[in-house]
Amino acid sequence: MAETATPRPPKQVLYCGNCSLPPEYCEYGGTTKKCADWLESKHPDLHSKLYSTDAAAEGLSNLSVDAQKRAEKDAQKKAAKAVAAESREAERRAASKIIIKRVERNKRKYVTEVSGLEQFGLDLKKIAKEFGKKFATGSSVTKTAAGGEEITVQGDVSDDVFDWLQENHEEIPEDNIEQVEDKKKKAAA
Amino acid sequence: MFKKDFTAGSKTKVKSSAQRAIRAKVVETYPRLEPHIDEILPKKEQLDLVKLPDRVSLYSLGNEGLFWQHMNDPIIPHLKVIHRYPWAFQRLRIDRGAIRFVLSGATLMVPGLTSPGGRLPGTAEDSEVYGNGGTDIAAGEVVVVEAEGKENACMVGVLKMGTKEMKEKKKGPGIENGHYVGDGLWKLDLS
Repeated sequence: MAETATPRPPKQVLYCGNCSLPPEYCEYGGTTKKCADWLESKHPDLHSKLYSTDAAAEGLSNLSVDAQKRAEKDAQKKAAKAVAAESREAERRAASKIIIKRVERNKRKYVTEVSGLEQFGLDLKKIAKEFGKKFATGSSVTKTAAGGEEITVQGDVSDDVFDWLQENHEEIPEDNIEQVEDKKKKAAA
Repeated sequence: MFKKDFTAGSKTKVKSSAQRAIRAKVVETYPRLEPHIDEILPKKEQLDLVKLPDRVSLYSLGNEGLFWQHMNDPIIPHLKVIHRYPWAFQRLRIDRGAIRFVLSGATLMVPGLTSPGGRLPGTAEDSEVYGNGGTDIAAGEVVVVEAEGKENACMVGVLKMGTKEMKEKKKGPGIENGHYVGDGLWKLDLS
C-alpha cells in the first residue's frame, strides 16, 4: 500500500542475557543479583537507571507499607529458591556421570551407548543427530530398561565420542566421563 | 496457560492457503497491525505450525514464535512481537503490586486494573495510551497488559470481563490463561 510507505519502525527491546526477560522485569525473576551484574557489564547506562536507589524508593513508595513488606518477603523467598535450585543443580552435575559404553553386538561388531548426557542439559535428540552426522553411522535415542533414554551409535566410536564431548562441551569435566566395555550382552540370552 | 515449562511437539509446514488465512485473520483481529504485517509475516516466507501441549498451536517463522492459538480462540501474538509493535494492540495497565503475581502465572484480577496505578480505557483523558482510541473493550477481546512504571508489556490474553463491567464490579478475574513474560512459551526454544 502506498499510503503506508513509512510504517513506524519496530521498537527494539533489549532482553536480559541472564533471565531473558526485559531488564525492567528482572526483579521478579528471582535471580535479580545476577541480572543486575549482567546489565551493569553490558549496558551500564540502563543499569544505573534501573537500579539506582531513588528508582527503587520511588517504586516502593507507591505501595502501602503492608504490601511492601509482603512483596519484599516474596522476593526474598523467590531469590532463595532460585539460589537453592542452582546449587542443587550444580551438585547434581558434579555427581552425575556420562557413561560411554562399548557393547559387543556380534563378534567384532560393536555399538556404542552413551548415557547420562541429559544430566548436563543436552538435548539427546540433537546430539544423536550430530553423532550420526559426524561418524556417518546410525545413531538414535533409545529407551533403556531403567526408564531413561540413551544414545546408541552404531560402530565402535567410544573414543571419538569422548573426544567430541571434550571439544564441543567443555562445561563437562573430564572426570565425569567414563568409558566402559560391556562384552557379554548376548551371553545372557 | 504456559505456567509450566514444556517442550514443543511436532513442527509442520503451513499450507500457503492456510498461511494466507492466518494472515487475514491477524489483520482482522488487529487492524492496527496492518502496516507492519509484511514485516512480521512476509508473504513469501514459509510459516511453521508447532504443536504445543493443551491443544495450543504456535505459528512460527524460522526459530521465532509469532502467534499462538488455543483451538479456535483468537490468534494471540507472542510477547516478543508485542514488544516490537506495542502500539498496534489494545492495552491496559496494571498497578505495581500486581506485577509479581502476573509474572508468576496467576490469573489477572480486576482490582489490579482499577486501582490508581492501573489503567482502563473508557475515560476521556489520554485516549492515546490504549491503542484503540480509549473506547471500552468487550469481553473476549485480546488485550495487552502493561505494567505501572514499566515500558514493555508483561502479559497478553483474552478479557474475561468487559472493561465497563470491571469498572462497576472492581473484583473478580480479568484475564485467565494469558501469556506472560518468563512463562513456558516465552522460554520455549524452537531451534
